[in-house]
Amino acid sequence: MSDTGDIIREEILSPEGIQEAIAVIARDIAYRCAGDNVAFIGIYTRGVTFARRVAEVLKKQGLDYPVGTLDISLYRDDFDNRGTDLPRLESSDVPFALDGTRVIIFDEVIFTGRTIRAALDGLMDYGRPSKIELAVLIDRGHREIPIQPDYVGKKIGTNRDQYVKVRFHEDDDREGVFIVKKRPGIASHPHE
Amino acid sequence: MSELKPRKDLLDIESLELAEIEYVLENAVPFKQLFQRSVKKVPTLRGKTVLNLFYEPSTRTSTSFEVAANRMSADVTNFTVSSSSVVKGESLLDTIETLQAMRSDYIVIRHQAAGVPGIVAKNTGASVINAGDGYHAHPTQALLDAMTLREVYPDYQGRKVVIVGDILHSRVARSTSTLLHKLGIEVAVLGPGSLVPEGRHDFMTRLRSWDEVFDWKPDAVYLLRVQMERQEGQFFPSIAEYHKMYGMNSERLVRMRELGAYLMHPGPVNRGVEITDEAMRYERSLISTQVENGIAVRMAVLHWLKPETDKD
Repeated sequence: MSDTGDIIREEILSPEGIQEAIAVIARDIAYRCAGDNVAFIGIYTRGVTFARRVAEVLKKQGLDYPVGTLDISLYRDDFDNRGTDLPRLESSDVPFALDGTRVIIFDEVIFTGRTIRAALDGLMDYGRPSKIELAVLIDRGHREIPIQPDYVGKKIGTNRDQYVKVRFHEDDDREGVFIVKKRPGIASHPHE
Repeated sequence: MSELKPRKDLLDIESLELAEIEYVLENAVPFKQLFQRSVKKVPTLRGKTVLNLFYEPSTRTSTSFEVAANRMSADVTNFTVSSSSVVKGESLLDTIETLQAMRSDYIVIRHQAAGVPGIVAKNTGASVINAGDGYHAHPTQALLDAMTLREVYPDYQGRKVVIVGDILHSRVARSTSTLLHKLGIEVAVLGPGSLVPEGRHDFMTRLRSWDEVFDWKPDAVYLLRVQMERQEGQFFPSIAEYHKMYGMNSERLVRMRELGAYLMHPGPVNRGVEITDEAMRYERSLISTQVENGIAVRMAVLHWLKPETDKD
């Protein structure tokens, strides 16, 4: 799923920068969650890759945290505004009990906060975690609801009408974090 | 991301593009997964209204739509023939006007006359889903059949399905065979000569006996319900005769097992007519799976269609 429609304006993080940010988040999680029963939930698509990358780093340190996936499409608050976009659903996979678990939700970018609001609703339909936290690679500001991340790779200032794209080589042709401009006529994801 | 155009109504299978069929069938998979959770419901259609408008008796289909709508958090109203104004002589267009005033977002309609869902669709902003109209179409049945076959045969292309029974009066046969054909599945038919129209669907192989069926080596046998209310005594000599000639019995079950063929039926079954009690317990029966997939597919259809009543 590469975005041939994007025109890159600025690189925010290089592949090395992403790696460093992931290492910092992993270290922070290992420290703060020591002794807890922890599970990761990645939000489709790139939140899943992000969660897996952090889990990989922690695994090398002997911390084996399971990674589940969540598609929040059915929990969004803008179904009426889907326009001509026909969302393709993914199968959420939460292969562990959430009750009594400290769950960390992973999303690559936090913007308005609405995706996370939807994720919280979706997650709680799977069980009752003892605690829910949020990890993001990029916090670009402009929140519309009172939701804040607990683990942040990099915080950047953006204009509201800009697009911030995180690209991982697992999902995309090129890795990095970019500010992009959309080619005209290409539908944008209202939450990104 | 998606090259598909939104669609307001689902009236038949003929007018669907392959990409649309794939889209619905693929989205039905995550919907089905929700059934494994203790909370089987999602909030997607919260505040939307689904009207179940059934002019013909149906428990299974209307319940399936109701469950599907409930699991998407829509509000469901059931408007059935016995409780409606139809008995008081209200015309179809008057009924539509009434429905329009109720501001339903989705109308699920079953009617004995072919084409009625299409007329309703033209006269309302709601998304109309055809739940069976006369001998014409039953598109959600076809979609759930295709989903069920794709689950057991991920390599479904080139697979073979034989439909057995009253092809002439069956909107299920019509919609399902059309859909399977679009997906690249081979379709054959077996049934009484008076109930298998010649040349209606050129793509279907006409088989004359169960021996021919088993020689054809089907991957699935799809039994149609004998519609007692429609034709008893007119198209075949007797129920016993039908059962003997076309029913799924022990002897035929042995050959099904040899082939490893799956058994399907749209329900409700007439035990002792198109199927014996023993065949109902066949280990490769997909009948319950069809019911479960019916809910998932109908959720995917509600999610896909775009009513004009949406606020954007």
